[in-house]
Amino acid sequence: MLPREYRTISSLSGPLMMVEKTSDVRYDELVEISLANGEKRRGRVLEIESDRALVQVFEGTSGIDSEDTKVRFVGKVLTLPVAKDMLGRVFNGRGEPIDGGAPLIAEQNLDINGMPMNPFSRDYPSEFIQTGISTIDGLNPMVRGQKLPIFSASGLPHNRMAAQIARQATVISGHEDFAVVFAAMGITFEEASFFMEDFRRTGALQRTVLYINLADDPAIERISTPRIALTAAEYLAFECNMHVVVILTDLTNYCEALREISAARKEVPGRRGYPGYLYTDLATMYERAGRLKGKSGSITQIPILTMPEDDKTHPIPDLTGYITEGQIILSRSLHRQGIYPPVDVMPSLSRLKDKGIGKDKTREDHADLMNQLFAAYARGKEAKELAVILGEGALSDEDKAFAKFSTVFEDKYIRQGEYENRTIQETLELGWNLLTMIPTKELKRIRDAYIEKYLKPLLDKKADNEANS
Amino acid sequence: MPDKKEVKGVIERISGSLVVAGGMEGASMQDVVHIGELGLVGEILEVNGDKASIQVYEETSGLMPGEPVVSMGEPLSVELGPGIIEQFYDGIQRPLELIEKAANSHFISRGISVPALDRSKKWKFEPKVKAGDEVIAGDILGTVQETVVVEHRIMVPNGIKGKVVKIESGEHTIEDVIAVIEDNGKKYNVCMLQRWPVRKPRPVKTRLAPNVPMTTGQRVVDAFFPVALGGTACVPGPFGSGKTVIQHQFAKWAQAQIVVYVGCGERGNEMTDVLLEFPELEDPQSGQPLMKRTTLIANTSNMPVAAREASVYTAITLAEYYRDMGYSVALMADSTSRWAEALREMSGRLEEMPGEEGYPAYLGTRLASFYERAGRCIVNGKDGREGSITVIGAVSPPGGDLSEPVTQNTLRVTKVFWGLDANLAYQRHFPAINWLSSYSLYTERLDAYWNEKFDDQWSGLRVEAMGLLEQEDQLNEVVRLVGIDALSRDERMVMETAKSLREDFLHQNAFHEIDTYASMDKQFKMLRTIVNFHHLGLDALHKGAPMAKLFNLPVREQIARMRYLEESQIDQIDKLDDVIKEQINAIIPVGGDNNAA
Repeated sequence: MLPREYRTISSLSGPLMMVEKTSDVRYDELVEISLANGEKRRGRVLEIESDRALVQVFEGTSGIDSEDTKVRFVGKVLTLPVAKDMLGRVFNGRGEPIDGGAPLIAEQNLDINGMPMNPFSRDYPSEFIQTGISTIDGLNPMVRGQKLPIFSASGLPHNRMAAQIARQATVISGHEDFAVVFAAMGITFEEASFFMEDFRRTGALQRTVLYINLADDPAIERISTPRIALTAAEYLAFECNMHVVVILTDLTNYCEALREISAARKEVPGRRGYPGYLYTDLATMYERAGRLKGKSGSITQIPILTMPEDDKTHPIPDLTGYITEGQIILSRSLHRQGIYPPVDVMPSLSRLKDKGIGKDKTREDHADLMNQLFAAYARGKEAKELAVILGEGALSDEDKAFAKFSTVFEDKYIRQGEYENRTIQETLELGWNLLTMIPTKELKRIRDAYIEKYLKPLLDKKADNEANS
Repeated sequence: MPDKKEVKGVIERISGSLVVAGGMEGASMQDVVHIGELGLVGEILEVNGDKASIQVYEETSGLMPGEPVVSMGEPLSVELGPGIIEQFYDGIQRPLELIEKAANSHFISRGISVPALDRSKKWKFEPKVKAGDEVIAGDILGTVQETVVVEHRIMVPNGIKGKVVKIESGEHTIEDVIAVIEDNGKKYNVCMLQRWPVRKPRPVKTRLAPNVPMTTGQRVVDAFFPVALGGTACVPGPFGSGKTVIQHQFAKWAQAQIVVYVGCGERGNEMTDVLLEFPELEDPQSGQPLMKRTTLIANTSNMPVAAREASVYTAITLAEYYRDMGYSVALMADSTSRWAEALREMSGRLEEMPGEEGYPAYLGTRLASFYERAGRCIVNGKDGREGSITVIGAVSPPGGDLSEPVTQNTLRVTKVFWGLDANLAYQRHFPAINWLSSYSLYTERLDAYWNEKFDDQWSGLRVEAMGLLEQEDQLNEVVRLVGIDALSRDERMVMETAKSLREDFLHQNAFHEIDTYASMDKQFKMLRTIVNFHHLGLDALHKGAPMAKLFNLPVREQIARMRYLEESQIDQIDKLDDVIKEQINAIIPVGGDNNAA
């Protein structure tokens, strides 16, 4: 079919443009717009009513006029050229190289919206990923094919943590093809260059593809950036059989852009002005993580979002939490105490942990130990709150032990260096060592056999030391 | 069968999953249509003159005005017949396995048409009636062994009665005629394959009161907030509070003969989990894999939103079909909030006047009519079979705020409320069902049932345990203000027992091979032991036993580990009573009667 060109723009508003007297326009198809000054822009069809098409312009409508601007309907949806050579390259939010290198020679052109994975064809994520961070590996273990977001807030070191994960993530079983796809949406130049610098310095860049949409790039472009990144990730994972970790930052900017378009279309808003379909829209991105039967590659997603006003019930973190398989929440209070990474252990959760840990994966005692650490830390924190009101004297001996445990736990277990890469064995041992501070009778979440096998030797050693000193 | 009338129109407007077609005169509401050259499936939502608004169950990208729209003159229906159990369907009953084959891809492409039931497979049909018998709608013509545990009963379709003139036996496909029924000279051919429109409830003879329990093996549920066969329950909770794990636990251990699990707008991996796990897990009642009694329906959050709306109706219609055979069916819907959001999205595109939070004004009616399809009843047919559907719906309130419209409308129609509590989840107290805010309106009815089984001890134990937890909550307020030392010795005992109830009884580990399921016998024995310790402990305190010693008796560790006893060893719990008595007696000071010091 021949491309059709029109000069019949009837109205312009925000990122939207109405084109009249069209024919044979397809829903969702790609639109090329040529401005009078020769500038080219792109957009997509949002709605068609008989011979009128509503077009969303990716780069914004400023400078477009209703007389000289030409609109061409391309006849296909927005596609992304992909090839294995993407690795090590830097692209803008529309998928065009910006690192000064040669243009990409496409091996395939893929629809950036992808297609939903058939749940029947999925393979359940069950391979433990070691990130070297105790609060993740020990308490909220991540597995290949999982989507585990970081809920952060302004001023917290989520970028450093994301970079640490990208640097250290490995699978215990062996060395396999590993790649990182990084999509930045509306972040500042400073943040973007932090990542690029870190990847370059640590040699991670060769296995990384970066898509950068900066804060001063058009907001509408942000709608496609994560989809472009995920399309590249799908290609690397399922065509090139690589294990891909996709880092998306910052989803809050993405949702703002979505709200902008929704408002321009005069849609009935849902909570806080975000469109009612925000859940579905986010799901079409998050659900692109996973593993497929018969394919060795996988896509693991780590979306990062900043919670407005540290509020977890804000629609963006809320809807994200309903789709993703858990969440890592950062705490301002830990950060103030100078603890890095400031992971708020209590509300953090990895839903797929149970399949990724245990015998033959990490260690048989992992699950029980994890549950016990959670319970003990919760009780310790409660006791500490009580002590603040009533004074230390009001606590029972047990509560005192738990309170002391929670302090040491924060200092030794949660706190670790930015370049400290703990193996899972080290993390588990650390956990058992901390449990020696608590009366054994209180360890109700652990099977007797494991107490016998892992805790008793440590207790004996401790008793010996005390006897000697 | 009514006469099918085909109506052809053309696309005029496309907006997301909504398509408006012109030239659709004669099309009726809720008819299924095929859209465009790809033949995407949709359903008519609104008729206005010759224009029909259609919700499309597949991605609409690439459609254009002028493409054809064909209405088949038939409402959205499901296929009923042997082969439903063990299947994994999408929201409009297409087997996902066949979609994978037809698309030859791990991804779902569009316009795929695959039959819901296998047309070529032969089933062994055993007739239960003979030629000359008079039958009415709902009577069982014969049976087919669908899986090891499910006997599929082929019934006389609705609206047909008369004399059986011919009945086949032996191997047949679902489209073969297996019986001919004659009524006033008119002959009806009956095959195993039948159809039913999803939005129309299947009729029953009489509805019964829900006074038989459906046990779930989950202690907090069965003991404190039980659900009855044919009851309705909802599980609202913020994300991360364990909604899905609870739904999975119900699907695994609920004492129902058939389980229909619908994943509505939820995660793909969760459905995969069920799909991989259920064939491995053993049903405690039959000893066979759980999958042999389960059918799954998945419309994950990234699949087309309109089909999400249809998926719960597909599920309940399948459930009704098995209920009509005389089975107890449990239907788990995770999550009804996503279904409501799909309604909201379509309503928005239809430009309807929004109600609360943008949800359509008819949200409450739709939810009510869905839950009302649950129930225990005498089904159609002469033999007076009893069947039931128990519906357990998960609700995902935004921000955990229960005042939002979906939760509120659900609470109005469901009888059991298991309120999930984020704080309990943070403390890793699972299932995170809050024992103070949850309720069950079936408790009293079901007490009668359990009292009969457990020598009239059940309701007393339950009420006492609940009372202790309630007291603990009040005492906690005091402790927070003035410290634990301000409590009397009796009150300390209450705190200790309540803690034991929470940690040793209510807390249950879904991933522990033994703890994951507790029979009612085990639950009763555990609860009795904990309450017994409370009584003896109080008595000992009155007689002057030292508190610290009492709370640290070695038997308490045994109480804490009751839950890890296998079902075959639960008699050991009975023996604990003697151990408790012995150890407590040992710490009562000699002659220390009524000495509270």
